[in-house]
Amino acid sequence: MTVEKMILAVITTSPHKVAGGVTFVCENNEEMQRIAANLEAILDGIAHALSDDLLIIVKH
Amino acid sequence: MNEYTYPILFGVTIGVLTRLYLLKTDYRQYPTYLHGKIIHIALGFIAAGLGTIAVPAIMEKEFAAITFLALAASQFRDVRNMERNTLNELDQYELVPRGKTYIEGIAIVFEGRNYLVIFASFLSTFAYLVWNIWLGIVAAAIAFIVARKLMSGSRLGDIVEVEYVKPHFKGAGLYVDNIYIMNIGLEARREEILRYGMGFILKPKNFNARSTIANLGQRQAILHDISTALGVYRDSGTPALVPLAKRDLDDGRVGIFILPQEKDVEKAKAIIRNVPTLENAIRMPTKSETNQTGRVLR
Repeated sequence: MTVEKMILAVITTSPHKVAGGVTFVCENNEEMQRIAANLEAILDGIAHALSDDLLIIVKH
Repeated sequence: MNEYTYPILFGVTIGVLTRLYLLKTDYRQYPTYLHGKIIHIALGFIAAGLGTIAVPAIMEKEFAAITFLALAASQFRDVRNMERNTLNELDQYELVPRGKTYIEGIAIVFEGRNYLVIFASFLSTFAYLVWNIWLGIVAAAIAFIVARKLMSGSRLGDIVEVEYVKPHFKGAGLYVDNIYIMNIGLEARREEILRYGMGFILKPKNFNARSTIANLGQRQAILHDISTALGVYRDSGTPALVPLAKRDLDDGRVGIFILPQEKDVEKAKAIIRNVPTLENAIRMPTKSETNQTGRVLR
């Protein structure tokens, strides 16, 4: 199955902003960036920033 | 040996020479391979033979022989299919794909070139048989010039002005001039993109050009050509590092974002100007009857 245009993961430092999805809650921005970079490589997706404390990994 | 031997040899030679002349290996890197070339030269030889034989056949009142030309047409349509299939298969493994519009354009060209070979052979053999070898050579030269004229389409530089703009970020949004390209979430990626990325603005010279460069296939062709010529800073599994072309909806300008390995503004500009305008992408809205009258489109 090929996945197109789908949010694969959510990485955030403000968990109260997210409901549902595969969410990774991080302590600080540095950790968020590191986890997002790893997930980007693993999932073959692109990390997009919705706000300063919320990143999503999307498969295009 | 009979009276037709030399004219036929002459016609076939001219045909094959025309095919060789049209078979240039250029920066688009196709056909680069010896075997690919041999296929095209062999087909060119067959085309030359068909074009040549048609003339003595008519002179000997063997009109049934002409029907072989119909057979040739279906043969060369297969050439187009072959090109399309091969390039489509290979395109999946390109870091920056050609795109279907470009592939279709290349396939059409390969079919068309065989017909030009038939035309060149026919014309030169005809002139040889009716008059003499010298006029045959003149006819061949004319056929060469016609083939060259028909096979050189227009270039992007004819319809747009190219301008270099350094890409920049507004928050997570990547912009070329005022054209939004994409959202990049990772700070490390943003730094990479600023270091390696280049931006260009294509400003259409008229209303027709505006629709032509809006075509997604045409835009992909630009990205492919520039990535082939200057290299590309990406690998599989890094979808964030992808060259993109986006459009300004207000005035039809197109923003090109690329990640070349060789960061040379002047070369990049020259390559963009040299990208062929794809036959299938060309639009002529000003030729529409409704647009012939009233306010002039710009």
